[in-house]
Amino acid sequence: MSAVATPQKPWAKKPADRIREISFLLGSLAFSYGFVAATEMKGKLAYGFIFFVAYAVLSSTYSFLTRGAPAAKDSLVKTLVALGAVLTVLPISSILFTVLQKGLPGLHSGLLSNDMSMATSTDPIATGGVLHAITGTLTLVALALVMSVPLGILTALYLTEIKGKFAGPIRFLVQAMSGVPSIVAGLFILSAVLYPITKGFSALMGALALTILMIPTIARTSEEVLLLIPNDLREAGTALGGTQWRTVAMIVLPAARSGLMTAVILGVARIAGETAPLLLLTGGGDKVNPNPFNGSVGSLPYYIWKAFNAGSPEAITRAWAGLLVLMVLVLLLFTLARALTSRKVS
Amino acid sequence: MIQTPESEKEMSTPAQPSSLASVANAKAPRTQASTAQGTGLETRGIHAWFGKNHVLSDINLDFTAGSVTALIGPSGCGKSTFIRTINRMHEFIPGAAMAGEVRLDGKDIYAPGVDVTKIRLQIGMVFQKPNPFPSMTIGENVLSGLKLAQLKVDNKDELLESCLVRAGLWNEVKDRLDAHGGSLSGGQQQRLCIARALAVSPQVLLMDEPCSALDPGSTLRIEETIRELSDSMTIVIVTHNMQQAARVSDYTAFFLSDGGPGEMIEVARTSEIFSQPKDQRTENYVTGRFG
Repeated sequence: MSAVATPQKPWAKKPADRIREISFLLGSLAFSYGFVAATEMKGKLAYGFIFFVAYAVLSSTYSFLTRGAPAAKDSLVKTLVALGAVLTVLPISSILFTVLQKGLPGLHSGLLSNDMSMATSTDPIATGGVLHAITGTLTLVALALVMSVPLGILTALYLTEIKGKFAGPIRFLVQAMSGVPSIVAGLFILSAVLYPITKGFSALMGALALTILMIPTIARTSEEVLLLIPNDLREAGTALGGTQWRTVAMIVLPAARSGLMTAVILGVARIAGETAPLLLLTGGGDKVNPNPFNGSVGSLPYYIWKAFNAGSPEAITRAWAGLLVLMVLVLLLFTLARALTSRKVS
Repeated sequence: MIQTPESEKEMSTPAQPSSLASVANAKAPRTQASTAQGTGLETRGIHAWFGKNHVLSDINLDFTAGSVTALIGPSGCGKSTFIRTINRMHEFIPGAAMAGEVRLDGKDIYAPGVDVTKIRLQIGMVFQKPNPFPSMTIGENVLSGLKLAQLKVDNKDELLESCLVRAGLWNEVKDRLDAHGGSLSGGQQQRLCIARALAVSPQVLLMDEPCSALDPGSTLRIEETIRELSDSMTIVIVTHNMQQAARVSDYTAFFLSDGGPGEMIEVARTSEIFSQPKDQRTENYVTGRFG
């Protein structure tokens, strides 16, 4: 009988390794503190920079002494990769932190249930709210979705399923369209629709401009997703007597569902905080406007812009609170979309 | 090496290529005289091209109703291309062209005005790689052909069960028809694809190397299924496995390409192809001297 084997991890780090790593970290930390104190360098970035340099030197020297030059390179690159990751996350977490810090004082009980029709942005914080801006942003996003999702996905289907004669030029134009600056989309709707036809601000005008910005994102992402669907499935559907449309609707699109939802999420992400075209087209009213087709309508980016422009301390606080609400709203939309797509996959 | 008809299903792998003939002879004789139904499917002068590349030349082959025909031959000799011309899947490949006639019950399926989707309902296909629809459950997969072709049936549950029974999968999945098709093993997925093809009641079933991605056990199950199905429909199977051709088919056609377009060298009863082929090249191939 052989001895009873217990599961082990011979490749795991030993306590000695951990102690050495921690002492390297602490040593680098102490060195950076001492170095900054001893020289003319100032500021938090100096600490961080010296810390990374010290750690890189320390760990790669150790690797070089124990295992030679290749190991030293390995540990140097490891440190650089970690530095890159930290540098990427730093601005994002800094933004989140700042928005939370400056936005929280602007929150009050009536923020989500009042609009600004009875208050100006320089009034005390507890008056007014962002209801008109939230409803406006949701209306704009919903209208833009209704227009851009069908157009974007149909464009992607033309490129991947029909592969018509114009697929090349259309792909090129869609790519070019994704580079259109948002202010240009706004000016286009202003001169092509608002001035000659409706002659007034409305959520629809803003949504039209947002649609122009959203279609390329949705179309290109959907195209990528549809290209990943194996051709086997299309052939199987056709071989079972399905027309191309039935095969696409019953098999290709359902198989691509979660990817298509990602395309829509990316589209929403593209437009949710878009400001420039809304300044031109929506009028930015301070009152909840139930009619999306007529009359000026507020939105969160517009509210933020307006409040920052007003300049008083109350207005600035309002603007930060608006930013916080916008970020939470976008986060909620994403979570909702993710939950909707992942439910049936299991 | 003694093979009796009774031992057909449990047959072990014969040791030498020369015993393929005894494998072919060992099959139970057909119970019904299939010629009574006439030849349901005939091909006349089939050529195929991909762009300027001529891949298939002048194939004339009749498929007897209620029989299994195996197409054998080395890779690249046009077997798969040939069966894809039979249910008009060939035309999906960009640059594809063809010539000749495929007659189903006497009517050319390439004639103008023919409803292609109806043709594909009558001539079903099972692919090399199992490809159940990922967004559908097992039950939905089986019945997907009805929805795709917008057919109505009175009793869906009955059809579902009968298709899965005929594909030899019912006992394994009857308690989890709501599970996803992807949760099955490779062999089960392929039988699911066979059940899916059966649900629209095809006259002819084309199988393009249906077992090449499967283990020997699953292969045997599918071969049993093929033998059972062949009582009620015409089956054409492309295979690289000569054991398989000997085990399941009534007729065998040998395809070969000598650098140019693929041609059909010989077609005969399977037992003849493996025991006394007329052409030297066929003999070389089935005895494993090349290919």
